[in-house]
Amino acid sequence: MRAPMPDAAPPLLEVTDLRVEFRSGREIVRAINGATFSVRRGETAAVLGESGSGKSVTAAAIMRLLASPPAHITGGSIRFDGAEVLGASMSEWRKRCGVDIGMVFQDALASLNPVFSVGWQIAEPFRAHGILHGKAALERAEELLGRVGIPEPRQRARDYPHQFSGGMRQRVMIAMAIALDPKLLIADEPTTALDVTVQAQIMDLLLGLQRERHMAMVLITHDLGVVAEVADHVAVMYGGRVVESGPVRDVLSRPAHPYTLALLESVPRADIGKQKLNPIVGSPPDMANLPTGCSFHPRCRMATDECRASLPPRVETAPGHHAECFRAREVFGGR
Amino acid sequence: MSDPVNSVTNTAVPVDNVTNTAVTADTRSIAAQAEMVTVRTGLPWWQLLARDRLALCSAAWLVFLLVCMAFGPEFLGKAATDINLRARNTPPGSTEQGWLMILGSDALGRSMLARLVVASRNTLTVAFTSVVLALIVGGVLGLIAGYVGRGVGNLIMRLSDVIQSFPSLLLAVVVLYMLEPRVANLIIVLAVTRIPSYLRVARAEVLEVRERGFVDAARAMGASRTHILWRHVLPIVAPTLLTIMTVDFAVVMLSESGLSFLGIGIQPPEITWGLMVAQGHNHLTQAWWLAFLPGLAIMSATLSANLLSNWLRLITDPVQRWRLEAPKADS
Repeated sequence: MRAPMPDAAPPLLEVTDLRVEFRSGREIVRAINGATFSVRRGETAAVLGESGSGKSVTAAAIMRLLASPPAHITGGSIRFDGAEVLGASMSEWRKRCGVDIGMVFQDALASLNPVFSVGWQIAEPFRAHGILHGKAALERAEELLGRVGIPEPRQRARDYPHQFSGGMRQRVMIAMAIALDPKLLIADEPTTALDVTVQAQIMDLLLGLQRERHMAMVLITHDLGVVAEVADHVAVMYGGRVVESGPVRDVLSRPAHPYTLALLESVPRADIGKQKLNPIVGSPPDMANLPTGCSFHPRCRMATDECRASLPPRVETAPGHHAECFRAREVFGGR
Repeated sequence: MSDPVNSVTNTAVPVDNVTNTAVTADTRSIAAQAEMVTVRTGLPWWQLLARDRLALCSAAWLVFLLVCMAFGPEFLGKAATDINLRARNTPPGSTEQGWLMILGSDALGRSMLARLVVASRNTLTVAFTSVVLALIVGGVLGLIAGYVGRGVGNLIMRLSDVIQSFPSLLLAVVVLYMLEPRVANLIIVLAVTRIPSYLRVARAEVLEVRERGFVDAARAMGASRTHILWRHVLPIVAPTLLTIMTVDFAVVMLSESGLSFLGIGIQPPEITWGLMVAQGHNHLTQAWWLAFLPGLAIMSATLSANLLSNWLRLITDPVQRWRLEAPKADS
């Protein structure tokens, strides 16, 4: 077990064939039906997908935030640091939340309690885990507030969430998430609600913190640009499945799944002047009634009868680069 | 002092989004907001109270009532029971019969002023204690019912249904008939009948608050259930419960008078405002002040409590607090 090779080291977080259903009355919505990806220490893995593809549910499932009912985790495993997350008792797991894994939510205003000052809230993780109390916790909160780039942290710590701008609130959320120095940070669309200049600042902050603390990061996003800039690995989700995953350079330059390919082609490019956008035809699948076979086949240019009939296998097109498609090698070699 | 990239002044302005043009167009309002913010950091609660005249009057009136409660029976206890048949039904407003008769006298010539002051102790003790008791028990049960849900929650809700399905007066009559009509029993009975309203409101609010983002955020940072309930949910629910409490004051004072009227509440020679209203309403046509003055006392106490709680809600709500702190626009 001593000094393992960096590549041979077991991943910090390993999600295997995760399945989550939402049961309500007659309907069963299969939000995730087979998500597989992993993150190694100090690395960033992006989970990429459009609205409703199951990426936020995946994040909530890892943190065990899903309320049951209606959510049920029906299969698969989530291993963190070698230990199964789903098997642990809830009270055991809560003791590790914040300490081992921190989470940044999309809507920072909703995720901050309106009746407490920002400093008080950043000190919460220390209090919740009984590490620091009272003045000491507040002082640590002020330090953290300064670390995430809020000027005059001492005064600002006494302000309330509604007195901060969107970007500043997200910084506060980040300060809360990293307070206990977690090994893994899950960022669920941390920049979606912000405008572009602020987005860049927040991503820079996250990356800086990640490097400084040697944190791993799971970045949930629908923004291809962010993925390309920030991530080491990417997992592309469609219809609740991870349809393609691999090192970010490989996946974005030589996609092996028609969905990833179509996604890349649909991005407007400033350098080509006025061009027609190239959207993916059709609409995302109804998660309560998924199409048979590959759930992308109704929108896929390359679909065959085989795709409609059965689920495609997971094909490894290059080392570490997987795609779930019958014609993965064709797509991979096609460009 | 701060680095230029993030040069943010201590204002509530969304700095990230402010462009240069917006700054020039909005300098006035930004300056106003900046002033607001500087004001915000300074003021202690008593200065804020001084700024709100209604709340200040309410507070003064409640303090006066507290003084009556504390010292009234000692100083005016005898005057309240002294019968003076020559001064029967003296109308209020004259001091011919001595200054104690300034508010008139009742059918036995007892001073209304003295009786009102003496009655404040019983009235306010019963009302305050039973309302606070109902608030605490109902609030805690409601929090549990809302947050734990299902099994335990349903049990609590059915219990509250049982209490509510009895007419509260009937419940009080039965219990006080079986037990002694002592003040302590009276308080307990009144509290029990008020519990369901706190319980239901608390539960409904918790059901809404538990779905909010900051509860998820607290769970994600590893806070335990009790920690979340106590530190994150309760502070949001509490103002609503406190507001109900102030309204309940009047309800409890009146139901206490109803019980006295039926002969199972507080009994003469003890007096309460409710009892005075109940006794005085027989004489409404000849001596209106017998029922009116204690009624006025009940109303003024309730109104003051209400106004003060309203003010309290404003200053404890960080989003609303500036309304009191902003410099008044002179009209």
